[in-house]
Amino acid sequence: MSLRYPFSAISGQDELLQALLLTAVDPLIGGLLAFGDRGTGKSTAVRALAALLPEIRANPCAYHCDPDSPSAQCDACRKADTHKPRKMPIPVVDLPLGATEDRVLGSLNLERALSHGEKSFEPGLLAQANRGYLYIDEVNLLEDHIVDLLLDVAASGENVVEREGLSVRHPARIVLVGSGNPEEGELRPQLLDRFGLSVEVRTPTEVAAWVEIVKRRDAFERDPEGFTAQWARQEDQTRRRIVKARKALNGVEVPDSELERAATLCIHLKTDGLRGQLTLMRAARALAAFEGARRVTGDHLKRMAAPSLRHRLRRNPLDETGSTARITRAVTEVFGA
Amino acid sequence: MSEAALACALLALDPEGLKGAVIRGQADAFLAHLRQLAQRKLHRVPPHIGVDRLTGSLDIAATLKSGMPVFDTGLLVGGDGVLLLTSAERLSPDKAALIAAAMDGGAAFTVIAHDEGIDDERAPPVLVERVAFLLEVKTYEPLDIGIASARALLAHVSIPDRITEGLCQTALALGLASIRPAIMALRAARAIAALDGRREVDDDDAGLAARLILAPRAVTFPAPAEEETDQPAPQDAPEPGEDDSAPTPRDLADRLLDAVKAALPPGLLAALEKNLRQPGSKAGAGAVSQKAGSKRGRPVGTRPGEPKNGARLALIDTLRAAAPWQPIRRRASAIRTGVLVETSDFRIRRFKEKRETTAIFAVDASGSAALHRMAEAKGAVELLLADCYVRRDRAALIAFRGTQAELLLPPTRSLQRARKSLADLPGGGGTPLAAGIEQSLLVASQVSRSGGVPLVVFLTDGKANIARDGTAGRDLAMRDAEAAARALRLAGVRALMIDLSGTRPGPARKLAEAMGADYLPLPHADAARISASVNAAMKT
Repeated sequence: MSLRYPFSAISGQDELLQALLLTAVDPLIGGLLAFGDRGTGKSTAVRALAALLPEIRANPCAYHCDPDSPSAQCDACRKADTHKPRKMPIPVVDLPLGATEDRVLGSLNLERALSHGEKSFEPGLLAQANRGYLYIDEVNLLEDHIVDLLLDVAASGENVVEREGLSVRHPARIVLVGSGNPEEGELRPQLLDRFGLSVEVRTPTEVAAWVEIVKRRDAFERDPEGFTAQWARQEDQTRRRIVKARKALNGVEVPDSELERAATLCIHLKTDGLRGQLTLMRAARALAAFEGARRVTGDHLKRMAAPSLRHRLRRNPLDETGSTARITRAVTEVFGA
Repeated sequence: MSEAALACALLALDPEGLKGAVIRGQADAFLAHLRQLAQRKLHRVPPHIGVDRLTGSLDIAATLKSGMPVFDTGLLVGGDGVLLLTSAERLSPDKAALIAAAMDGGAAFTVIAHDEGIDDERAPPVLVERVAFLLEVKTYEPLDIGIASARALLAHVSIPDRITEGLCQTALALGLASIRPAIMALRAARAIAALDGRREVDDDDAGLAARLILAPRAVTFPAPAEEETDQPAPQDAPEPGEDDSAPTPRDLADRLLDAVKAALPPGLLAALEKNLRQPGSKAGAGAVSQKAGSKRGRPVGTRPGEPKNGARLALIDTLRAAAPWQPIRRRASAIRTGVLVETSDFRIRRFKEKRETTAIFAVDASGSAALHRMAEAKGAVELLLADCYVRRDRAALIAFRGTQAELLLPPTRSLQRARKSLADLPGGGGTPLAAGIEQSLLVASQVSRSGGVPLVVFLTDGKANIARDGTAGRDLAMRDAEAAARALRLAGVRALMIDLSGTRPGPARKLAEAMGADYLPLPHADAARISASVNAAMKT
């Protein structure tokens, strides 16, 4: 495989990068939605994340189950007495737009059915993405029945296949990352709500920022090995920070007073359902852990308010005020300037 | 020197950086020249190509014959050479997305998309975004040029910082949102210098690269030079001790812009603006409302065919088709056990998608004529539903009056329910047109989410006088109504505006244009005529 552009070398998209890192610190945040123009580095960032994240230990089954957590293993792994775990990079799987249900869920293995007369299950993309990321570019153009299916799996962490005489269930703990251009189609509110964080990706408007991006990209394309080596130290640092933050995550304290403020903010903004508040709390905790803080403060909440809530506001097609501006206003009212 | 010929040479020289081209017009001579220069194989990719030909899959026929799994490598997997996408404007978004993903993944092929579309048809935007050149080729004169020496030189060509900055400034001034073209322009400038046998990129190279790559993507016309000097100076401009003779990136950007301006054909920007105002109608809404053929919907039996491209094998029917031949086949191949299935036995499932149309009537129930108008609208709904019963279409009715719009009849197929809900209709008061349009958009998007096709039918004279926030005032009300109309158009909802005013061209016509609706003046509308027009609109 060819070398990936290093995560740390991506410039000018701080909010996107931070949100991606937080989903790596706490996968329970529940995925990320990146909306913006083409050519702003969305795909590059997601694909770079795979190379950045620390490797995982996995059983040699089709779902690369976690040897240390029996409750999240597939049937085969649970039955087996001994495992021979191997190391592998965190899976980042692309879901192409035209993918069929069979491809996503898995289906009857035709090859074995026809040549050996056996009924066996051929795992799909969800199996491949277990314990990792499922990346959907142009998620807003995805067909509705595939979207429904993904929602179901993302919520339950399990893929249940009942078709063609097969009856299979296997773990599918995936972090959904979607990207797209809102001008080409809206996303259904149900799906929006299932993404933990959302960021708006914009092209930088300063020449200096453009020059920096163009230069780095050019340097990478001319000499991928050299460029990657040059950024290796920074990649290592970020990687260590993620590992440290993951360990610290459960120890980070969330004071009741801050929870109350988060609730006030959500009520103020009239967000639908409780998922917004839950995400805000988790994201703020992950941020605190990533920054080495021992407890969540108002500052953490303030910074995570926009990415956690902006896609959960009731929209009014005629209100020209963007969601981000509405949140900023509410944050100022609740937390003070 | 023709631009196409230069682009061809550059593509042959730096295929990794420049990725490919979209060509409108004559592509044959361009391709022949490219193949001659690059010495690479050509693969044709027609729009109806199977997804498995692109990504590779199990070759079922060969597998059965040999009894061992045989895989087909896809064009995108091992891909090198030149991929020629014929009739690229008809390539479906999912296949385009696959090709784009392969390009992002560093695949080594050059993509030439031959765009044979007319008018608004365009090659898929994901591909347009990723290739360097957008060319319009009428006649192609090959450039007599060797690229062997340039290729050796290419890795050693350096680019002064001010040129990088100049190209970035130009891209920004042209309103480009994507950074990819800027990166490719840099690569092109380097290749141009290499072609010329130089080790450093100069201003002319950059100008040429800007013309070739940035100009065709311009979305805003560069601001005139006078205005630019008024703007705050860029952070790098006034530095003490700067040599006067050295041109600053700013000067260079201006000169590059001039080069670009010279390359812009007149009328291009008008066309671009038109494209911008109709966002997503092709790539977005189209992709969703496309029928998937044999992939989803209600199963309606099986037919012979191969289980490719997402078509699903009907196992039982396949076995049933194979059953009668078993004794004969077993005699022919005594070794194998089990059921002997051959390609000709394959049956795949057929699906039929239900696509019902829902006519959403948005009726102006304001003013004195309300009673008459509502009665006719109700009559039209009933007539339509009576007819719809056969076609399984649905109708809904929204009335707007006073300060708000009300959904009187949610989408239904039931004539009875329509009669009951519309038994007594309110009327009178102001005209909150914006609220009416907004409510129709809401209902229309619900309809399209559940897999139906909405058609909004407005019955109004278009004279709004209540704004969205409920205040009276003609100006604000009209502005709100127009904004709502644009939102309707953005959502890609089909609409029919039946103008009930006697005056033409009235405000209703303007609104119809804003929402991209068909316009029909019917000053003395009666139920039968409304129903007939709506029926005609639903059938097209």
